[in-house]
Amino acid sequence: MQQAFKLAVVDLACERGDLRLFSGLSFELGAGELMQVQGENGSGKTTLLRTLCGFVQPVEGKVLWSGQDIAEWSDTYHEQMCYLGHLNAIKDELSAIENLQMSAGLAGFSVSEQDAIAVLRRMGLRRKEHLPVRVLSQGQRRRVALSRLLVGDSKLWILDEPLTALDVGAVGLMQELIGEHLSNGGMVIFTTHQPLQVAGVQTRQLALS
Amino acid sequence: MNKLSLFGLLGLVIRRDLLLAMRRRADVLTTLVFFVMVVSLFPLGVGPEPDMLRKMAAGVLWVAALLASMLSLPRMFSADYLDGTLEQMMLAPQSLTMMVLGKIIAHWMLSGLPLVLIAPVLGLQFDMSVQALWVLMLALLLGTPVLSMIGAIGAALTLGLRGGGVLVSLLVLPLCIPVLIFGAGAVEAVNSGMDAISNLSLLGAFLLFALVFTPFVAAQALKISME
Repeated sequence: MQQAFKLAVVDLACERGDLRLFSGLSFELGAGELMQVQGENGSGKTTLLRTLCGFVQPVEGKVLWSGQDIAEWSDTYHEQMCYLGHLNAIKDELSAIENLQMSAGLAGFSVSEQDAIAVLRRMGLRRKEHLPVRVLSQGQRRRVALSRLLVGDSKLWILDEPLTALDVGAVGLMQELIGEHLSNGGMVIFTTHQPLQVAGVQTRQLALS
Repeated sequence: MNKLSLFGLLGLVIRRDLLLAMRRRADVLTTLVFFVMVVSLFPLGVGPEPDMLRKMAAGVLWVAALLASMLSLPRMFSADYLDGTLEQMMLAPQSLTMMVLGKIIAHWMLSGLPLVLIAPVLGLQFDMSVQALWVLMLALLLGTPVLSMIGAIGAALTLGLRGGGVLVSLLVLPLCIPVLIFGAGAVEAVNSGMDAISNLSLLGAFLLFALVFTPFVAAQALKISME
């Protein structure tokens, strides 16, 4: 049974320290929609995304997933979302495969080695699968982190600066992956300072000031 | 795609932390070497009179174990915090408490269990009797997990703070005093010809109590630290 998923933000206000970053923020994001959060440095983009993840409790307002407050229904929500922050959440000591299997495990499911290899190859890490991540470049590490999106079946991707350290080829690949995800009924909310166009999808803009 | 059960998750977290430690062995050895050094310095410092050594053995070993376990506490969550893994753990649909329990067990296996195993060898330096050595091992086996569990709360609360390493010792050491008293008391009891069972039972009670409450409290502390 395919349920219609929807992320709704109602009258959200967030503070960092004593500084009010934004207030009265409301929007809805439905299946197949792509939203870019824009704003200057320090305008609260990351805080907004962290609030959507549930790390930060909003001062006012709430975040609803399929009509349910994520503060109360965090388990179902977390099962259906995937967050990629500034930090890659990968371990230098482990190989790319081990990293992918571990992060999938922490998200609650197991991934076979073949599946992990297939995903890493898709991300352009052929012949790097068994190397310790320590010896990979920044961009390659980011690719390992991004490959987490492709295992599992999360509906909502929350991406904070996903294109950092990526080369042109990888940016193209990301656009392709986001496009696929959206056409499968997923939804993506992201921040970036680089242009990101996905073919056939209108990017909704959310400006924080 | 297979979903992991709660115990599958526990096993995964333990396996992961042990694997990481095996790739970074220096950290594990630090605790053990510190323990061996501190305990070995006492006979050299206070002189070789067997009576005195026998009397102070349990206390020295327990204090050294306590300090050694403090040494590795700040590392319990900090690596995962710094590279963002902790954020991902918070987002896991499963219980964070279970993951924290897994991390505590792995921490104990790396910093507590080696102490338990090496303690009888060090006890020989203090001319301890065989019976006292057995009780010492048993007491450490019951007591060191409690140190890791209480320590986890302190480590979680001081996550990301400057000078957190000192603060965690100040927070945790006072709470560990009961473990020290009854752990050393068990060996004392055997030395003075009494039964150690009451001390060991109390240590066991501490262990069960800590096992039930500390993972949950540490998980809550982590959530506060992440905001």
